Parts: sequence; structure tokens; C-alpha cells
Amino acid sequence: MSLAPSRRADRADVGASALLFAALGDPKRLQVVVRLCRDGPLSIARLTEGSEVTRQAIAKHLHVLARAGVVRGYRRGRERLWELEARRLEMAREYLGFVSKRWDDTLERLKSAVER
Amino acid sequence: MSADAAVNMDRIEKRIVLRAPRARVWRALSNAAEFGSWFGVDFSGASFAPGATVRGRITYPGCEHLTMEIVIDRMEPERLFSYRWHPNAVDPKVDYSKEPTTLVVFELQDAAEGTLLTVVESGFDRIPIDRRAEAFRSNDQGWAEQVRNIDRYVARA
Repeated sequence: MSLAPSRRADRADVGASALLFAALGDPKRLQVVVRLCRDGPLSIARLTEGSEVTRQAIAKHLHVLARAGVVRGYRRGRERLWELEARRLEMAREYLGFVSKRWDDTLERLKSAVER
Repeated sequence: MSADAAVNMDRIEKRIVLRAPRARVWRALSNAAEFGSWFGVDFSGASFAPGATVRGRITYPGCEHLTMEIVIDRMEPERLFSYRWHPNAVDPKVDYSKEPTTLVVFELQDAAEGTLLTVVESGFDRIPIDRRAEAFRSNDQGWAEQVRNIDRYVARA
């Protein structure tokens, strides 16, 4: 770890943090984050349900959150879903764990086959 | 979780020592029917050759309704066998052919007790996130979840 980080990196960090704090600084946006955290990937329609905020407003909030790297949108069929980045990382990690376990089982079967 | 897994989300690497000569391991990998018998897919009647597409019905319990398809990449006798596939083609209604594949590479080396086999599956970064999510809904993950649920339930009682 460097004791004297470059000015540029410093400024970039501050910029990213400012964006993050601004993104989370709005109670409506925070609500969107809480919903995604609790219910997983959701469409704008689902996020709008049961909320007094309009669809357009939710879309705008999501874009602010996406710019700050808090959420991310992706397509599933005709739908566009939004999810938390943290959850995404978590899922990518869990997925690799799942694949890893599957290989362990498969290679155990290969082992019994060739050692017979 | 290991530090390596935190840094690299794109590949899985496995090493296993098999108490069998390289020629025996090579046969288990390169002969389609033999490969199928331990992998859990019916490849009887098929044969592996670089560039060939090989299809077979999965024989793994609970997955018998699925077809597995691999495209053979390289075959270097007793040294290297590789193929590409769609790692989570779990929905028979979906056409996976346009989606990115992962590359699976088996490498054989001599070991004191027999053969050291290294398996690397890479390219996960390009697999769409919803495909990865589907993997969790497939059978064994469902069971793992059930077991965890029971575990939590028992721990609370």
C-alpha cells in the first residue's frame, strides 16, 4: 500500500464517494435501494407498485444510482431488471462456489472410474 | 472464501491426483462413451475429435430431461483435452446457442502415485448474470438450500 497516494487517484476517490453520497442522500432513492436489497432484482414497474412515486421518477432515481455504481440494470427477455451491485458480486461469488462444488463431484466420479 | 476467488471471478481451477496411469485417464477423457459414463451424460455412439459438436442426454438424476452439448476444442493425446459449452443450459425451452460459452481444459501430468489432472473452466465473466442466477434454481442448488433451511430450523429449535 502506498503511503502517499497520487493526487489524481485521491481526487477520483473523492469524486466517486461524492457521487455515492449524493446518490444515497435522497430518501426516495434510499427506499429504492432498500427495496432492491430486500426483494432482489426488480423491474421499474415492480418498484413503482405500492409507491406514490411515478414510474418516471423511479427511472430517474435508478439512473442516478447506476451512475454511482450502486445499482445495475440488465435485460431478461423483454424486461429490464435492476439490482444492487453488491448483490451482483455476492451472486457471482456464490455461483463460482456452485460450479466449483459441481466439479468436485464430477471429478470424484472420474476418480472412481479410472481407479477401479 | 480464498483470496484468489475474491480476485478472480472468471475461472475455476481444480487439481486432483488419480491413482491410474495417464493412458487410462486419457481414455476416460477422450472416449466419448467413457467420458459420458462418469460425467453423467449419454454419449454412446458419439466420438470426440477437434471441432466436433457432441450431443447427449444427461443421465444425472433429476436432469434427465436435459441435453448436453459440447464442442471439442483440442485433443493432444495423454496431455490435453478441451471443449467449450454452455455451463448452465438448464432450460430446454431456451436457445443458448448465441450465448457465450466457457472453456473447459483438462491437463494431464505424471505424478508419483499416478496422474495429476488439472481442470480449468474459464470465461464465467461473460456468462449473463441471469443465467448464473438460474443455476441456483437447478436441482442440487435447490437441495443445498433446503438443507441449509433445515439446518437453520434445527439450530433454532
